[in-house]
Amino acid sequence: MSLDRQDVERIAHLARLAIDEADVPGYARNLSDILALVEQMNAVDTSAVEPLAHPMEASQRLRPDEVTETDQRELFQGIAPAVENGLYLVPKVIE
Amino acid sequence: MDWEPVIGLEIHTQLATKSKIFSGASTAYGAPPNTQACAVDLGLPGVLPVLNAAAVDMAIKFGLAIEARIAPVSVFARKNYFYPDLPKGYQISQYELPIVEHGRVVIELEDGEEKVIGVTRAHLEEDAGKSLHEDFHGMTGIDLNRAGTPLLEIVSEPDLRSAREAVAYMKKIHSLVRYLEISDGNMQEGSFRCDANVSVRPRGSKEFGTRTEIKNVNSFRFIERAINYEIERQIEILEAGGQVVQETRLYDAARNETRSMRSKEEAMDYRYFPDPDLLPLEVTAEHIERVRATLPELPDAKRHRFMEEYGLSAYDAGVLTASRELADYYEEVARLCGEAKLAANWVMGELSGFLNKENRDIADSPVSAAMLAGMLKRILDETISGKIAKEVFEAMWNGEGDADTVIEKRGLKQITDTGAIEAIIDEVISANPRQVEQYRAGKEKLIGFFVGQVMKATGGKANPAQVNALLKKKLAG
Repeated sequence: MSLDRQDVERIAHLARLAIDEADVPGYARNLSDILALVEQMNAVDTSAVEPLAHPMEASQRLRPDEVTETDQRELFQGIAPAVENGLYLVPKVIE
Repeated sequence: MDWEPVIGLEIHTQLATKSKIFSGASTAYGAPPNTQACAVDLGLPGVLPVLNAAAVDMAIKFGLAIEARIAPVSVFARKNYFYPDLPKGYQISQYELPIVEHGRVVIELEDGEEKVIGVTRAHLEEDAGKSLHEDFHGMTGIDLNRAGTPLLEIVSEPDLRSAREAVAYMKKIHSLVRYLEISDGNMQEGSFRCDANVSVRPRGSKEFGTRTEIKNVNSFRFIERAINYEIERQIEILEAGGQVVQETRLYDAARNETRSMRSKEEAMDYRYFPDPDLLPLEVTAEHIERVRATLPELPDAKRHRFMEEYGLSAYDAGVLTASRELADYYEEVARLCGEAKLAANWVMGELSGFLNKENRDIADSPVSAAMLAGMLKRILDETISGKIAKEVFEAMWNGEGDADTVIEKRGLKQITDTGAIEAIIDEVISANPRQVEQYRAGKEKLIGFFVGQVMKATGGKANPAQVNALLKKKLAG
């Protein structure tokens, strides 16, 4: 499977990446090469191999249900470009 | 053509944990904006999510209650999309391996029939924040207090065939999560909301039609209306020879219609993948048994017990077990007064009427179970009649004290002294000679008139049966 210009533009849009028009063919080639490698790996018989959900052989540790965080709004909002009445302000979202 | 609707529901229920699913920030409702959004909830660089044990237990509890399979290993995944109330740019959810699969709930249809609805899966995920679109100088305000609140998304099979069935199913799940105490189910606060997938097909067809998804409805009444509207809309399109477009629609309650959400040139692609920040969640058999031991009596079991133990009809038992609080209240009243049916009549009648009128929960009833039982005892020992009891109930509701206090203060004690009643009867008889004559001439219907007069003269405090008997004797005279 190989990717064309349109696929690359779509992937970039989904990830909100601004890419240079001139770089598109290069990305298409690189991504297609990655898929080719995956296809090569697909040829290996893995029927006896357990799927790997995570590279670490461990399971999730759980946290007791306790409130441990205090209000640090002032601190966090110190780096926000715009705040008002405790809200973060962002460019208008059209619903 | 005869069309058959096919409906599946996705219910998002907020889990009643104290802290968030992946952070130690509080989940309490109504705090000032962003005071409960910590570094993890904000998705600041370098933070790591740590899973809340209580959220896991609640998901298991729900799974057990619907006889589902609890996955020994489940995996958290990232659902990627961009929206300002989702600071990380992805929502942590479960995709390929959810914690709960293949459950079932039984709903009761109007004709008394029962129907099994399959639950495909229930998975844990985090909620997003809230966007406030009021005008902030042309900008949108973001409150991230809700970001990271644990949700259980409960997905049904497309087993529902009408809006009524969908509502019955939604009510059943609502009742269940409250019984299990895993969610407060508060729909106004958004703790329990529903998306509906709706399609129609020619009756008898095996294939599904193209479906639309109605998003975020948070009331039983609205979901019924929204689904009915959508069914009609789709049938109209199909009968006109058109095609239903697969899309997401919003229900507008004010206009009672569904509307297409911003039409997207491209379908959503969430690019799910396992979240590398979270290890697989393992649930052992011992863990499941530990949770099973905490299961309360469930609504269906309680309903059947009420029918057997208290001799209630299926309908009455269903009403009284609709919520755990109401069922507990009823059982307390029945136990204290010793008359299960009388207790059922008053809890479903007067009490529910007053609660509905003032839009109150049973938990805030000014008349406690002990107070109601105390009053019923006074009916049973004939201190007051059922009619006077309504007055006593209202007085108790308005804070005038318990039944005995009200009866005493208002002088409502039933007159059972035969002599006193006889004196009043004599007065009534001598004041109405014409009616007496007619009665004696065979117009026996007039007994009602005499009973009414006597009751009026006693302020309703005479025992009607006693009055009736004494009157007949005297009038036969």
